[in-house]
Amino acid sequence: MRYKLIASISKSLLLARLKQTMVAAIGVTFGITMFITLLSFMSGLNDMLDGLILNRTAHVRLYNEIKASEKQPIDLSEKFKGHYNFVSSVKPKDDKAEIRNSGAILRSLAADDRVVGVAPKIIAQVFYNVGSIDLTGIINGIDVDEESRLFFFKNYVVGGNYLDLKNTPNSIILGKGAAEKMMANIGDVIQITTSKGDQIQLKVVGYFQSGIQEVDKVQSYATISTTQKILGQPTSYITDLQVKLKNVLDAPAVAKEFQKKFNVDAIDIQTANSQFETGSSVRTTISYSVGITLLIVAGFGIYNILNMMIYEKMDSIAILKATGFSGRDVNNIFITIALSIGIFGGVLGLILGNALCHVIEQIPFNTASLPTVTHYPINYNPKFYIIGAIFSIITTYLAGYFPSRKASKIDPVIIIRGK
Amino acid sequence: MSNKILIANNICKSFHDPITVQVLNNINFSVDKGEFISVIGKSGCGKSTLLYILSTMDTDYEGELFIDGVLMRGKKEKELASVRNAKIGFVFQFHYLLNEFSVLHNVMLPGLKMAKYSEKEVEHRAYEKLKVLGIENEARKMPNQLSGGQKQRVAIARALINDPLIIMGDEPTGNLDKKNSEIVFNIFKELAEVYHQTLLIVTHDNEFAARTNRIIEMEDGKIIKM
Ligand SMILES: Nc1ncnc2c1ncn2[C@@H]1O[C@H](COP(=O)(O)OP(=O)(O)OP(=O)(O)O)[C@@H](O)[C@H]1O
Ligand SMILES: [Mg+2]
Repeated sequence: MRYKLIASISKSLLLARLKQTMVAAIGVTFGITMFITLLSFMSGLNDMLDGLILNRTAHVRLYNEIKASEKQPIDLSEKFKGHYNFVSSVKPKDDKAEIRNSGAILRSLAADDRVVGVAPKIIAQVFYNVGSIDLTGIINGIDVDEESRLFFFKNYVVGGNYLDLKNTPNSIILGKGAAEKMMANIGDVIQITTSKGDQIQLKVVGYFQSGIQEVDKVQSYATISTTQKILGQPTSYITDLQVKLKNVLDAPAVAKEFQKKFNVDAIDIQTANSQFETGSSVRTTISYSVGITLLIVAGFGIYNILNMMIYEKMDSIAILKATGFSGRDVNNIFITIALSIGIFGGVLGLILGNALCHVIEQIPFNTASLPTVTHYPINYNPKFYIIGAIFSIITTYLAGYFPSRKASKIDPVIIIRGK
Repeated sequence: MSNKILIANNICKSFHDPITVQVLNNINFSVDKGEFISVIGKSGCGKSTLLYILSTMDTDYEGELFIDGVLMRGKKEKELASVRNAKIGFVFQFHYLLNEFSVLHNVMLPGLKMAKYSEKEVEHRAYEKLKVLGIENEARKMPNQLSGGQKQRVAIARALINDPLIIMGDEPTGNLDKKNSEIVFNIFKELAEVYHQTLLIVTHDNEFAARTNRIIEMEDGKIIKM
């Protein structure tokens, strides 16, 4: 009942100054629209850029680093225990990058319910032979099915069919850049030189495009067995295990655990790609600050209109107080006005922001380096809408707070005497 | 005491800006139920100042003010607001109607604020008050569509809406011509005689004052005759 009265007085005051209140509301609308659009677009872009690397990166990678043994023979000697031993020019021993006992590790990982899947991998350094010139290259030996399921391999195969890699013996999917340099078409046979000096011929069944040119000039893909052949290694030879987890955030802890448990090196995605996190968070911070700045500007608009309204309505405020409205009632009237402007402008802003996102989503966005992207990316995260709504209410409340307090303090005697 | 609606005990008031001037000096008087009192005095003698104190709008004074037997000193702003709302009707020289609301709604506002009756009842009562003042036909109009005299009558209806103990007026006919002043005076007279409404009206019009039950005359912040 009481609130209904306050609301009806607020409404009348609002409607009496419809034009100005509309201008103030449009300020909020504009702020919220830009806030939503900017954040949706920026975070869509972030997701896309992150996806470029992070989707295809193992959450935890198990491998064997070639490095000098931490315990040199002298450390084991009883005689020199308790001494400081200096050994210079330590070299790693003739050890392979192979993960020993990879079969047992694979079985153990398959039983771990934090793990979505594991894709084994071998990396082979080779030279692509183009006439008399050798180009350095890397062949990734992969399990085609698992690589596709876990790391979206097939999305990045732009020419040919990725399944041919599995079905055609001695086949290769060349990086787009490498294929262009070698002028190799699908169906051609290319020749490579392994690091041991052997020459092997492989049939091109497709092109691979990651979106990162430097990578596409060097990297190619073959099956695990083909790669084992290239390296002259037995079928148990695996150099990398790429683990995908149910929750990415577990990666650092899980990496530490696996390192101990399997006695291999393990690196988590966060450590391996910290620069991407930084880029994303900088972009997000910029979007938030621009959005919030716009809202603050809108807040000043509301502050102005309320101040003007209070100045114009001095008489009305005085008579309301003289006839029994308390300072608090007057305060509530003007806060209600501010919040109505904020809520109306804010809701309109959310709707327009959403509409603008849909428009942007329709704009074609074709770039040679991003084969999977055809339109501008938009992230429709409801979080942005909630934050936008909360911010519009907070800014309008703050913008209304001081003028309302001023109105509630108006002394009716001074106004009435002044006439 | 029971019949005394308003008691003023030794009320003093000074303004300190720019120099300290005592405007009211030991005002003592009381108002009985049903009295129709006029307050007269030269311009600047402190009539308005006194009325604002009596109406609880001005709280910066010395002395004691009892309304309906209750001491007003020490009450919170909100409590004073509800005293004004329920017990005092005020009519100013200027009508102070809200242009955003219809005539009827203007009259209803203090009633809605009191919230003693439902909105429907308040509307009915407001309509009845307008009828007493002979302007029920203007109920749906906006204030700026009325004449000066009609507006002042709407302001009186608004003062009456909560059946106040006392109506205070600060030169309510000051802005009106002879004819309209006469109408307003007759309304006050009728309220006093028919409805036993208590009235305390400041006026410059000695003819007006002469026709009231009791005249309080002020000079230099003191009551010289009552
Ligand atoms: N805010 C103020 N500051 C200082 N002095 C004031 C203030 N308000 C009023 N006064 C002084 O107080 C005295 C009484 O003023 P008041 O308005 O009560 O007179 P009044 O009797 O109502 O006069 P009038 O008949 O002209 O309305 C005057 O001398 C006036 O100058
Ligand atoms: Mg006066």
